[in-house]
Amino acid sequence: MSTESENIEGFVNRRYEHGFVTDIATESFPPGLDENVVRAISARKNEPEWLLEWRLQAYRQWLEMKEPEWAHLHYPKIEYDQISYFAAPKSDEDRPKSLDEVDPKLLETYDKLGIPLHERARLAGVAVDAVFDSVSVATTFKDKLADAGVIFCSFSEAVIEHPELVKQYLGSVVPRRDNYFAALNSAVFSDGSFVYIPKGVRCPMELSTYFRINAANTGQFERTLIVAEEGSYVSYLEGCTAPMRDENQLHAAIVELVALDDAEIKYSTVQNWYPGDENGVGGIYNFVTKRGDCRGKNSKISWTQVETGSAITWKYPSCLLRGENSVGEFYSVAVTNNLQQADTGTKMIHIGRNTRSTIVSKGISAGRAQQSYRGLVRIMPQAAGARNHTQCDSLLIGKNCGAHTFPYMEIKHPSAKVEHEATTSKISADQLFYCRQRGISEEDAVNMIVNGFCKEVFKELPMEFAVEAQALLNVSLEGAVG
Amino acid sequence: MLEIKNLKSRIGDSEILRGLSLSVNAGEVHAIMGPNGSGKSTLAQVVAGHEDYEVTGGSVTFKGQDLLQLEPEERARNGIFLGFQYPVEIPGVNNAYLLKAALNAKRKHQGIDEIDAFEFLKLAKEKMAMLGMDPKFLNRGVNEGFSGGEKKRNEILQMAMLEPELAILDETDSGLDIDALKAVAQGVNSLRGPDRAIILVTHYQRLLDYIEPDFVHVLSQGQIIKSGDKMLAHELEEKGYDWVREAANG
Repeated sequence: MSTESENIEGFVNRRYEHGFVTDIATESFPPGLDENVVRAISARKNEPEWLLEWRLQAYRQWLEMKEPEWAHLHYPKIEYDQISYFAAPKSDEDRPKSLDEVDPKLLETYDKLGIPLHERARLAGVAVDAVFDSVSVATTFKDKLADAGVIFCSFSEAVIEHPELVKQYLGSVVPRRDNYFAALNSAVFSDGSFVYIPKGVRCPMELSTYFRINAANTGQFERTLIVAEEGSYVSYLEGCTAPMRDENQLHAAIVELVALDDAEIKYSTVQNWYPGDENGVGGIYNFVTKRGDCRGKNSKISWTQVETGSAITWKYPSCLLRGENSVGEFYSVAVTNNLQQADTGTKMIHIGRNTRSTIVSKGISAGRAQQSYRGLVRIMPQAAGARNHTQCDSLLIGKNCGAHTFPYMEIKHPSAKVEHEATTSKISADQLFYCRQRGISEEDAVNMIVNGFCKEVFKELPMEFAVEAQALLNVSLEGAVG
Repeated sequence: MLEIKNLKSRIGDSEILRGLSLSVNAGEVHAIMGPNGSGKSTLAQVVAGHEDYEVTGGSVTFKGQDLLQLEPEERARNGIFLGFQYPVEIPGVNNAYLLKAALNAKRKHQGIDEIDAFEFLKLAKEKMAMLGMDPKFLNRGVNEGFSGGEKKRNEILQMAMLEPELAILDETDSGLDIDALKAVAQGVNSLRGPDRAIILVTHYQRLLDYIEPDFVHVLSQGQIIKSGDKMLAHELEEKGYDWVREAANG
């Protein structure tokens, strides 16, 4: 057993590859939050009066709320006064119209991340709306999307260009006072993405956004809103990474999805934010509210996520299954290593008749990490014929980590059928020796076992994303052995 | 090919191998027999490089190379295969995937290109047919939910695919019905050749009816106390181990 624990200690010694800081002059607000800051953010973005009013109400609600403490997470108190609530690259005044006009340093940053933006965009046919700090800097494939009637732009742009749509749907899935972090985001959200797929349109390409936190001490407050009209389909990919920092960085994003009759939204995330060093210093605090509203009948919303980053993760992508026969899905792989902590899972709220949901959660813990699955399946009194299947598996690597499962089920209709399966397993010294005796190195053996454990989720990801996710997992657990 | 001299090994505080010597040449089949706890499995594990077993003395060379300096995976790539007594389950990892990774690790070591998917499948199906295995086994998790007999056949399949120079089979015959035993024996016999050697660790004469050994050794208290040809195995079957031990002590 001693050799196993040595191996596992070694697991912890990998370096964050994306730990660098781009030297672009950043124009930030001084730290602190009050109504003037909210007004200033709104003014910077030339927002209409109604949106400023909306933000101010959120701010006032936030002041009355308390930070939640129920999660299985331990971290020093966040000093909200020490955070700067807005940062934008200097070039904001003169926004580039195409990738050619983008600051070469910025493109270099993406290169370091292994994301050659224009090349990737051209080769993969993916439209990329790259968010750098808080302002969108590049959008491609706009014409092709415009031909299909698809709107894909930064949130700020949507506020100016499509105020009626934003007004109609903003906060309609995640209300301002939904939770503490949602209220904070609603008050100070900086930018994000907006997607609108018109009736009957199948979005001609996968939509992708790369988020990146860059400025020191600057919380990021992204806001994403995706609306799929009747009979439409869209697949949206989100990928994240951040540079190395010593101070903890707060991130409180909101993602709202609305699927109307017969519409389908597939939302995939690969998240690789800086998790802190071996001693847990630095790393992102990630408090995210992601929720999809299956508003129409036969609609479908599917969340797929691969989470390897962040020091603290608090995240429960959820589905409100309102429409009759609507379907919610949640496929998740979460990796925690070193001193990372994650409290993550999903909520499936069955409201409509014959609604169905599937939850597949795969948690991998190594080092001294703690991971919790927290899932709620609620079958409302009117949700006759609702079905849920939950599968929740944990894989432990080494003996100093922990996995916890908190399933909640609230069933208020007798016809409901709810299933929950859970397993906990361990990569054993015997498994590793067996593989090594077959000539496979220990590291390859760990990767093989981990990827085998996760394959149910990976197969839900779009092809090129699945390959990336697999590589990311291997990197995340690199040095685990030997 | 394999030269073991005065090998001493322990696990934790208990000394198991106490000066064991054995010489195996290419083309030979050796059977190692002995009562429970005599050190048979330990010998197999030490040669394969299991880290729980500490080598406290003696030497092991394989093809003239100091084997004890090599990591388990290096030993494997150099041509040593251990058929496990209790093959471990690896849920979620496809059997074919493991086989292919093992095969390619060896090919890479030999400077050969990775096997292509079609060639691999053809080879695997051929070997499986020989062992009377359903091709569906390729798509199942490694040993996941396999019966005892299926696990042992799977070990032999891996061996047949990897074509090791030295195969050590640790009680591969235990728990097999007669059909499975015959299939396993056929797999082992197909590997026999002038360039390869096989060490069979077994309790029973039964396996040796199907795989005829060139040498039989009796292991007791961590040492080989008697060696002979296949007739020794018959004698052991008839008389048990005590007479050998008494003769050795006397």
